[in-house]
Amino acid sequence: MSAPVPLTHITRARNGRPAKRRAQFTVNGEPVDVLFAPHKTLLEVLREDLNLTGTKHGCELGECGACAVLVDGEPVLACLVLGLDAEGRDVTTVEGMADGPALHPIQEAFAQYGAAQCGYCTPSFMLTAQVLLEKNPSPSRDEIREALSSSICRCTGYVKIYEAVELAAARMRGEEADILEEAIYGR
Amino acid sequence: MLRLPDFDYYAPSTAEEAVRVAADHGPDAAYVAGGTDLYPNMKRRQQTPAVVVGLSRISALREITGEASSGLRIGAGVTLTRLAEDERVRAAYPSVAYAASTISTPLLRNMGTIGGNLLLDTRCNYYDQTYEWRKSIDFCMKRDGEICWVAPSSPKCWAVNSSDEAPLMVALDAKLRFVSPEGEREIPARELYGADGINYLTKRPDELLLDVCLPPANGWRAAYVKLRRRASFDFPVLGVAARVKTAADGTVEEATVVLGAVHPSPRIIEEAGAVLVGRKLTDEAIREAGEIAQHLARPLDNTDFLPHWRKQVVATHVGRALAGLR
Repeated sequence: MSAPVPLTHITRARNGRPAKRRAQFTVNGEPVDVLFAPHKTLLEVLREDLNLTGTKHGCELGECGACAVLVDGEPVLACLVLGLDAEGRDVTTVEGMADGPALHPIQEAFAQYGAAQCGYCTPSFMLTAQVLLEKNPSPSRDEIREALSSSICRCTGYVKIYEAVELAAARMRGEEADILEEAIYGR
Repeated sequence: MLRLPDFDYYAPSTAEEAVRVAADHGPDAAYVAGGTDLYPNMKRRQQTPAVVVGLSRISALREITGEASSGLRIGAGVTLTRLAEDERVRAAYPSVAYAASTISTPLLRNMGTIGGNLLLDTRCNYYDQTYEWRKSIDFCMKRDGEICWVAPSSPKCWAVNSSDEAPLMVALDAKLRFVSPEGEREIPARELYGADGINYLTKRPDELLLDVCLPPANGWRAAYVKLRRRASFDFPVLGVAARVKTAADGTVEEATVVLGAVHPSPRIIEEAGAVLVGRKLTDEAIREAGEIAQHLARPLDNTDFLPHWRKQVVATHVGRALAGLR
């Protein structure tokens, strides 16, 4: 018989439920050390154990995109990642976008354009846009559309979201850019 | 909220450990790579493994090795994003990269793997539903019930194979390498898929997919055409994979036409390929192949759109795939 496999240790509590397990990872640059049931998703750990409710639960089946977070810089769906698989990883949520009191240019542009109505999908759009602009500072409208096609918005439609990303992109390239005149309500 | 059921989770760092854990737990264990197929199914209680063996820490599964001239080997854990963007794949197997780029959404492609797509659970309108929904119709034979709601008099399950890469791997005659405690074995993609929505794979549950070996990339061309309601998120309601080998003057020497998302397995339409051999890919030849495929396609009420309409559009989409190979 081969040697025992060095696996992550599993124990059962007295009631037969799996004992809580521990994971250590970073969230928005801060190290966290959490205990939770092994079947919890990263979404549930973030919201329920770390009280970071910026990440939303939508369909929880990968069909809406609301729970997008960055794991090691890549956008993924937190509802389909186990909390245990975050071990040792670097997780970024929407709470990690702003720099202290200063909003991220994408957040600023979303606010100016009214690119959020109910706001439920907004964290996922902003985080995926952030990754897009890091890789491609001057994306075309089609490239933005493709990069953001993981998230569904049921309020605004998508035009203001795309315009906000384009505005943020211009500002992040150092250009003097402002909201389109015709997009300002009441003028 | 849709929560995962309770299970024990193992995250081994080698394929050998993964196989050993799975073998220890027999049919109670499930492998998970990206989690984009298994976890939604677990949340809806379609699958309830007591033990889940995560593969994301096994770096050996994430390699792409070999040369296009002798055949590229794609690790089962390579994400769909990477498959779609890899320069070697794009240059030598553009249809494989393209098919990967059409799967669900960018975020799901960041998570989902080629292995997961090839071993995707079959899907159905009456199966991919929450536990409460399925209970309200007294379940179906694929899980917890007796009857197939797609074809109530049928003795077998008619869930559909919705993989985008599977029809292509069948068309390309790719080989899949599996490992289990009994050792390694290779299964050609053409022999991997069963004809039944429940027993949809001929591999044993404890066999772990290591990689997919694509054939040498010279002398043939292939195309994939996908039909779905939205340009993002949706599984195919029809996938056409076509592969042709032509002589220098354009005369077809070999042709394979495979329909995906129509039957419980990707299906080679032999007659549609045969009608092309010895001819050039003229409009007439392509139309004939499309009509044959349409005649033999049997879409059922198991996914989006009406089965009647899904059958009507087969010829057009086979035609588009073949026209792209002229």
